Amino acid sequence: MSRIRKLALPPLGLALAVIHLLPLYIAASVAFKRTTDLSSRWRLPDYVYLDHFKSALLESNLPRAFGNTLVLTVSTAVLLVVIGSVSAYPLARIHSRLNRLWMNVILGVMMVPTLSVIVPLYAVMRDFGAINANWGIVLVLTTYNLPLSIFLYANFIRTIPRELDEAAKVDGCGHFRLFYSIVLPQLKPVTAAVLILKGLKVWNDYEFPLYFLQKPHNQTVTLAISRFFSDTSSDFGSASAAAVMAVIPVTVAFLALQKYFISGLTDGAVK
Amino acid sequence: MRSNVSVGGLNRSRLADRLQIAAMYAPAVVLFGLFVFYPLISGVRISFTDWNGYSQNYSFIGWDNYRKLFSDSNIRTAFVNTIIYGVGSAVIQNVWGLLYALLLNRKFAGRTLARAAIYLPVMISGLIMGYIWYFMLQYSGGALNDLMLALGLARVDWLADPRRAVGLILFITSLQYVGQAMVIYLAGLQTIPQTYYEAAEMDGVRVWSRFRHITLPLLAPAIITNATLKLIGGLQLFDLVMALTGGGPGFSTHSVSTMINYLYFTSQNAGYSATLGIALFLTIMAITIAVNRFLRKREVEH
Repeated sequence: MSRIRKLALPPLGLALAVIHLLPLYIAASVAFKRTTDLSSRWRLPDYVYLDHFKSALLESNLPRAFGNTLVLTVSTAVLLVVIGSVSAYPLARIHSRLNRLWMNVILGVMMVPTLSVIVPLYAVMRDFGAINANWGIVLVLTTYNLPLSIFLYANFIRTIPRELDEAAKVDGCGHFRLFYSIVLPQLKPVTAAVLILKGLKVWNDYEFPLYFLQKPHNQTVTLAISRFFSDTSSDFGSASAAAVMAVIPVTVAFLALQKYFISGLTDGAVK
Repeated sequence: MRSNVSVGGLNRSRLADRLQIAAMYAPAVVLFGLFVFYPLISGVRISFTDWNGYSQNYSFIGWDNYRKLFSDSNIRTAFVNTIIYGVGSAVIQNVWGLLYALLLNRKFAGRTLARAAIYLPVMISGLIMGYIWYFMLQYSGGALNDLMLALGLARVDWLADPRRAVGLILFITSLQYVGQAMVIYLAGLQTIPQTYYEAAEMDGVRVWSRFRHITLPLLAPAIITNATLKLIGGLQLFDLVMALTGGGPGFSTHSVSTMINYLYFTSQNAGYSATLGIALFLTIMAITIAVNRFLRKREVEH
């Protein structure tokens, strides 16, 4: 009985892999096929045809969208690391009633749904002249992703022994020096987690760009793709090619950094 | 631990201490203030107006928007759908993800491939996943209907029936994000000492009992994390609905989030849209806190 069960595991695992990758396979099949090829999408073409990819790249601002998204993602990630780690330090090290309140504020902000504040937030952004400006959306993306960043950093800093802190304090180190020279160098693992988790979130974000980046030249990848599918409703090939290209960087990053992805997601989640 | 400095010195260093701490908090406080709390408060003000979103002129209309909220059947549908997406995601992805974790916690050939394939979709934007699913669900030429034809069945217009469309959205988002729950459960399973199982096996405890009395209670932290994550994610569902149905047919698959977008963008009813935003915020807050309280109460200490 148990041997049969063991023999059944590999095929079962393979079947699950196929089911989860199926939508991507079908999209790739559409992207690599001529528009005139009406064979089933289950079947891959037996010829090489890349025109859909060419037209997706040349007749849209997809390349530019990739550049824009990269700029937004990197700037936001840097801010999340800097602001997140600095404000997590006192939160993790100092116990006071104010700090407990602050922690609850952070958890509360984590629960605010993007769309629930979009109307007033849009008005605020317009008053600041921050619509269609990279700095504006970077600040908003930073704000709404900051709670988890602070939370992860604070949890991690709590696990760092305090002996070094105390010694440095006796030597007359202020909080800034202490953070910079003692805590910061130990934050590499949690920084990797924050960069991956939040980088991905910002890269895939749709709500904020939809409202705050409305000019074709500052579109992000998600906006460009949605434009593709809503505008050229007849040209499925190119739209699919664009979707496939949008999935590639994420897939490559995942396969290369798999270990960090998993630990980033699970650290602190199960304890 | 403070060394013996003079009284004046102590005060000065304490002040410096406080200033430094305040400076460390400042950037986050300013950002939250400008982009979260100020908008939340001004959202309340806007919810009492008939503002259209761009005009300088608007008037205060008292509780009208709130009254409308309770009598609007499209809003009711959006709230029901949101609960389905949220609670459905939490229940389905937890059970499904736990099954995957139990399966893929065993060693066998192809385990790594299966884990990676199940987790990969989590990385992809829900919007793009929605568009990709269009190629599966299309009436003519769609992959699922080709399969139906091959099986000798009739083609189905998958997203035409409101109930089926809501079910499909729930299924697709669960299929995409179940990997996240799986990975968290896998990590949770790693924290359970193997000796517990060995002892139970020696005492002749059956498989189901072992699962019920060892695995499940010790996975409580993972269950709480997953339930909360999935609930919040599902209650905020936006991009997948936008890509797949845009809320249609009619208003039947709208979530509250896509409804807010519709009211603001398409019908330029910013005041009403802000009112719905406040309702969504309060709903999510209440449900999340209630579920968290309930689960924490049942958590065992070990």
